[in-house]
Amino acid sequence: MMESVTGESADVELPVERGCPFAPPAEYERLRARAPISKIRLAGDGEAWWVSGHDQARAVLADSRFSSDRRRDGFPLFTLDAETLRQLRSQPPLMLGMDGAEHSAARRPVIGEFTVRRLAGLRPRIQEIVDRFVDDMLATGRRPVDLVRALSLPVPSLVICELLGVPYTDHDFFQSRTAMMVSRTSPEDRRRALAELRAYIDDLITRKESEPGDDLFGRQIARQRQEGALDHAALVGLAFLLLTAGHETTANMISLGVVGLLTHPDQLALVKADPDRTPMAVEELLRFFSIADGVTSRLATEDVQIGGARIKAGEGVIVSILSANWDPAAFEDPAELDVERGARHHVAFGFGPHQCLGQNLARMELQIVFDTLFRRIPTLRLAAPVDELPFKSDAVIYGVHELPVTW
Amino acid sequence: MRIKADTGLCVGSGQCVLTVPAVFDQGDDGIVVLLTDRPDDETAARARHAVTLCPSRALSILRE
Repeated sequence: MMESVTGESADVELPVERGCPFAPPAEYERLRARAPISKIRLAGDGEAWWVSGHDQARAVLADSRFSSDRRRDGFPLFTLDAETLRQLRSQPPLMLGMDGAEHSAARRPVIGEFTVRRLAGLRPRIQEIVDRFVDDMLATGRRPVDLVRALSLPVPSLVICELLGVPYTDHDFFQSRTAMMVSRTSPEDRRRALAELRAYIDDLITRKESEPGDDLFGRQIARQRQEGALDHAALVGLAFLLLTAGHETTANMISLGVVGLLTHPDQLALVKADPDRTPMAVEELLRFFSIADGVTSRLATEDVQIGGARIKAGEGVIVSILSANWDPAAFEDPAELDVERGARHHVAFGFGPHQCLGQNLARMELQIVFDTLFRRIPTLRLAAPVDELPFKSDAVIYGVHELPVTW
Repeated sequence: MRIKADTGLCVGSGQCVLTVPAVFDQGDDGIVVLLTDRPDDETAARARHAVTLCPSRALSILRE
């Protein structure tokens, strides 16, 4: 049916939904078992290289001969329909769609906001935020509680709002639009959500330009004025990226992390016994769930020989971070959730120059949430069988729509 | 063992700082700062690991 490096491509209907909520689709395992990089035929038409192996995933993502520019012909945008693609192409690129010097110029001014030291300074405030939402959970008489609405979404939303200077009172608006944008259902709804969120952020940045506050955008605006002129479009693109990526992904990881720990009581017991284990537990949960699978695609700009594959200029490459993070060549017994694995070389945040800008903020939020939640509600348990949980098998970013818990 | 950091390649992911704070730091601009380019015996293995974790391949080990 398929061959890895030469010959026939495999027929794979991308995107593939996860069958078991705790494992990659069986197709991923079959593809990786054949070769770490193989050509696949996409649903509809077209072909792309599918990168399954951990080494090869890192090699592709760190290689400047692969472009991130989604507007290029041949870029493998298998999750988007033609109309959404046209909408995307008509707008200035986000940082994640830039290459080389242009990308560097966009990312460099912001990385100072996300240094390990600067984020450590936010720790007390994030602890306060987590405690406040756990207080509210404990105060409510109702059980079960939907952890997604009570904790997973509010914590990263409030944190990113304070960091960016976005009014938290608008959270219902931006949370619902973001969730719609990364769902795989109804392209019309997705396009409308994208347009509404763009308009909201454009308006927000316009207000900030006339009255900059003491927040990330206040500092970016001051810096741009000092260096010459304001770049409104760039600020809007940055705000769009930071606001959406800053809450939806972390929220999904909080929910899935709780599910992962509650369904692996031996692992949860290890974490509860010693909070020093939490940072490594977070790394393992990031690897295990690899929620941003399929967002790391590239286009070869030159002929590249990699992992035994000859990729030609103009060919699309889809790097599966989920497959890479379950590659037994890089992680022994990858299906085991092992909080003591001690493996930080996963690619859950991507790799290369585009590696997640907010990864250390996400790490800290996850650590504080898991520590606080299981310390303050030690009897926390799922209020529904795990196989009845509404996992987001239809979304670009994996997660769970609702998570009923009780104690 | 000697470590070299290419500040032009650094993307400020902070992986090195998380791995060996005794060897790597970040400036206020987020770019890597080497606290020492010669890790001692105690930190050498972790420094080597940090080099492999760097997403932008900004870190390297010089042979002497």
